[in-house]
Amino acid sequence: MNEQEILEKVKPVIADKLGIGEDEITMESHFINDLGADSLGLVDITMALEEEYSMEIPDEEASKLVTVGAMIEYIKNNAK
Amino acid sequence: MSPVALKGIGFYAPEKILTNADFEKIVDTTDEWITTRTGIKSRHIAHPTQATSDLALEASREALKQANIDPKDLELIVVGTSSSDMLFPSVACLLAEKLGAATPMAFDVAAGCSGFLYSLSVAEQFLKSGMYKNALVLGADIITRFADYSDRATSVLFGDGAGAFVLTNEEQGEEFILDLISGCDPYGTDKLLLPAGGSKLPASHDTVEQRLHFIEMNGKEVFRFAVKISETLIKELLERNHIEIEDIDWFAFHQANIRIIEGAADRLKLSKEKVMISLDEYGNTSSATVPMTIYEYWRKGRLKKGDLMVMIVFGAGLTYSIALVRWPL
Repeated sequence: MNEQEILEKVKPVIADKLGIGEDEITMESHFINDLGADSLGLVDITMALEEEYSMEIPDEEASKLVTVGAMIEYIKNNAK
Repeated sequence: MSPVALKGIGFYAPEKILTNADFEKIVDTTDEWITTRTGIKSRHIAHPTQATSDLALEASREALKQANIDPKDLELIVVGTSSSDMLFPSVACLLAEKLGAATPMAFDVAAGCSGFLYSLSVAEQFLKSGMYKNALVLGADIITRFADYSDRATSVLFGDGAGAFVLTNEEQGEEFILDLISGCDPYGTDKLLLPAGGSKLPASHDTVEQRLHFIEMNGKEVFRFAVKISETLIKELLERNHIEIEDIDWFAFHQANIRIIEGAADRLKLSKEKVMISLDEYGNTSSATVPMTIYEYWRKGRLKKGDLMVMIVFGAGLTYSIALVRWPL
């Protein structure tokens, strides 16, 4: 799967968890600054994506995934 | 073994209400911020002259009255609490004194916010075995005394209150608790704690200065734990009782944060009408949330005799407990 395909799959998850529109979400979006997430919102998204892609994102890694692009890069490299 | 029946329930929330608007004057926050992130709009705060046993007393009197049981006939008092009046004696003993009980076995259960269900589990065993006939079980906390009002992330979460259940064992009684699972994840002891005031760090000038007498919580880790354990426990409970999720009429979650409840409810695809909510009005009252929530729904006439209910809690430890009950009142 390439980044664009992953983006299309994660968009509805992020939109649902943060209560925003999918059109607001781009590769460059910063979860906290652009999409209005707080720490629990980020955990919520992380947990949903862990399930979707059957992987574990350790907290120290998760804290670095501050943009949608970084999250997608991580999924691309670690999804099973 | 005789059935263990629920005979009475009681509730107490202190008079004073602290709204989100009130919080705007204490810490840097807004009503909108608190509501969207926690689901909490107000909480009740104990009067400075009240201790946890005083809250417990009010709830107990009501439950005993409904059960038509004289305090002198109580043989067992178990209180789930994390905010006992003092390190010892226990809230249960102080409560026994205030109630004018005779000589019950009385003790507290320290299981954080899971205290009420842990206590219920202990009491049920004493009644089931036939050792005792009447038991008073409470979740009671003045947890706001340990909330750091300079921390806007945690202080807004908590409220004070007490909930009481009276249980009896009787030949003709209807079994209240159908199943119960409890446990603790011992690798989570550092996720939610009150560091000082115990034998490890007794109160000192330093502990006060370093603000170690307040609740410390890793919100992210507790959130993750709570959502996952809720999903796991509900699935296990349903499976081992051979029932479907649709068969459950009510889900009484520990009222910590609306997003934990919604997170778990989403994963299990629970219908919203079945998920009981009281945190909007009372906040997180620690071990009292579940009995208080159930009481509120019962008082408003929403519970029907015979309804199947799941109670589920999680807290410092990290402890957890889930019960399947048939509502009798």
